Amino acid sequence: MKLDPTVCVLGEDVGHYGGSYKVTKGLAEMFGDLRVLDTPIAENSFTGMGVGAAMKGLRPVVEGMNMGFLLLAYNQISNNCGMLHYTSGGQFKVPLVIRGPGGVGRQLGAEHSQRLESYFQSIPGLQMVACSTPYNAKGLMKAAIRSENPVVLFEHVLLYNLKEKIPNEEYVLCLEEAEMVRPGEHVTILTYSRMRYHVLQAEKTLVNKGYDPEIIDIRSLKPFDLHTIGNSIKKTHRVLIVEECMRTGGIGASLRSAIIDNFWDYLDAPIMCLSSQDVPTPYAGTLEDATVAQPAQIVAAVEQICQ
Amino acid sequence: MAAAALRRCLTRRQSIPRVSPLLPLTRLISDSTDPITIETSLPFKPHLIDPPSRSTTTTAAELASFFRTMLLMRRFEIAADSLYKSKLIRGFCHLYDGQEAVAVGMESSLTRRDAIITAYRDHCLYLARGGDPVSAFAELMGRKAGCARGKGGSMHFYKRDANFFGGHGIVGAQVPLGCGVAFAQRYRKEGTVTFDLYGDGAANQGQLFEALNMAALWKLPVVLVCENNHYGMGTAEWKASKSPAYYKRGDYVPGLKVDGMDVLAVKQACKFAKDHVLANGPIILEMDTYRYHGHSMSDPGSTYRTRDEIAGIRQERDPIERVRKLLLAHDFATAQELKDLEKEIRKEVDAAIAKAKESPMPDPSELFTNVYVNDCGLESFGVDRKVVRTVLP
Repeated sequence: MKLDPTVCVLGEDVGHYGGSYKVTKGLAEMFGDLRVLDTPIAENSFTGMGVGAAMKGLRPVVEGMNMGFLLLAYNQISNNCGMLHYTSGGQFKVPLVIRGPGGVGRQLGAEHSQRLESYFQSIPGLQMVACSTPYNAKGLMKAAIRSENPVVLFEHVLLYNLKEKIPNEEYVLCLEEAEMVRPGEHVTILTYSRMRYHVLQAEKTLVNKGYDPEIIDIRSLKPFDLHTIGNSIKKTHRVLIVEECMRTGGIGASLRSAIIDNFWDYLDAPIMCLSSQDVPTPYAGTLEDATVAQPAQIVAAVEQICQ
Repeated sequence: MAAAALRRCLTRRQSIPRVSPLLPLTRLISDSTDPITIETSLPFKPHLIDPPSRSTTTTAAELASFFRTMLLMRRFEIAADSLYKSKLIRGFCHLYDGQEAVAVGMESSLTRRDAIITAYRDHCLYLARGGDPVSAFAELMGRKAGCARGKGGSMHFYKRDANFFGGHGIVGAQVPLGCGVAFAQRYRKEGTVTFDLYGDGAANQGQLFEALNMAALWKLPVVLVCENNHYGMGTAEWKASKSPAYYKRGDYVPGLKVDGMDVLAVKQACKFAKDHVLANGPIILEMDTYRYHGHSMSDPGSTYRTRDEIAGIRQERDPIERVRKLLLAHDFATAQELKDLEKEIRKEVDAAIAKAKESPMPDPSELFTNVYVNDCGLESFGVDRKVVRTVLP
């Protein structure tokens, strides 16, 4: 925001409250009420306003207090944000960033535990990225703001308290690139967002059992970084996808299909996909744990693939 | 009385060129810029505000240009009707004939730095903003030379250099967009305004009230214009709205009801509105207008209203006829001159259609262009974003 005066933030309680997850803390004091705008609870129209402002030359960052609330703005995100560059024959661009926390938290209930990446993935014209560490959160956010395309940045409710040493110098990550978390030889594990940590937990057990998994955080949900993913599959010949999205129509489903289309000849085993169950997220803690993929299931899946 | 008669004689004399009587006389429609005062047909109905005066100032030149532009729009829409019936235009086609005074009056009160955004009945707004009829016809026929390269269609006309923001298919979705454009205008302290158009059908959308609330909170320079043609597709306004007084629906936001068939009233109201919003935040203008065609080409427009009603409006309130009467009454033109102008416009529109037909369909590669800026959705770049690593199918 210091570098470019057209960058502004819009959302509920982003200004004086500092953001419901403190992401925008201190910004209103620094940049004023117009640049860090507290909106009323009107997702559909303030997302639409963000699109209109972007068409007129600003670079707004729209926050959904919880990603699930952005379902109210689906029309604006799909028809206006995603499609305007195309339907205007390239005249207008929409350099908007839509961000917010989503995913399954700690017993937040069904409506506050939604994963919208599967709903948005078909919208033409949108780019989607999911951050998972403080390092990539900063880099991807900077890249998203600089991008001329509309970008949806998926954060996760449980990851805001992570602490990590990050460089003081400016750095911008590539929106379309996946992150190699741990190189390996036996199996390619593709994951993103919070599931990265479940995979890393499973990794400890797997290494003890003698497996050598290659772990890739795909980060870019649309488009997929098929270059990094492909190179990995060419090496290991086995793929496990671990995601927090629902099984039906999720990111894993699309990724599986993209891998089959492009890398079928390199596969030695069917692609396995661990997703969340196709149920509304229950409140009870034990049931909630059962909706998402757990480290034990990841270990079992790897053992099955590597037979 | 004498002064008026004298003025009439003088203007007449000024416009007669010295030509040999054997040569045909050139067109004599007055281009005088002497101001004249004309009363609007009806008083403005205000809500929470003092209305502007009914006396409007205009000139012969301005009236003549209004006549010409409205004629062009009228002919354009009628030509679009025939093109649709001959299947050169497909899909949806929403025609604006009858409502021309709103587009022309509004445009005359603004600069090209002000923004206009509207819904899907956008052909004439595009023409008012300086859009070229050739590119408009080409877009309707899906050709390469279209204003959106053939990829938008009837509901997606845009003109960025004239700050015309389209062209939107989903009812009411353009209202928050327009408030966003006004937000950017305020953010950048441009001193310009946005005219955000919607219809009586869209007036019941929740997002309109959401956007109005925010516009009022932050004093955005936006004028919300309700083009009330009294029918939301097939539903009459009294069947859809508990309160069809759309200019009052803003509650805490002031409003003005305007006779949308009187181009001078529209111009007066829009000027007034522009000055108001720059100082005070949003205002709602309700334009009382009428569309002769049905909602779209697939709607005959006669199942929910009587032919007598349509014919009556055409007889009593047609915007073009009103200006014609003014031009004739003030002796700014003769009936024959205006008829000749109509013929000229007809030729112009036919020529535009012929030119548009010459344009080819878009290349197959255009299917994938403009999805993203730089099309990076199809190509995966390296970290430096310069080297292409993978091309997706």
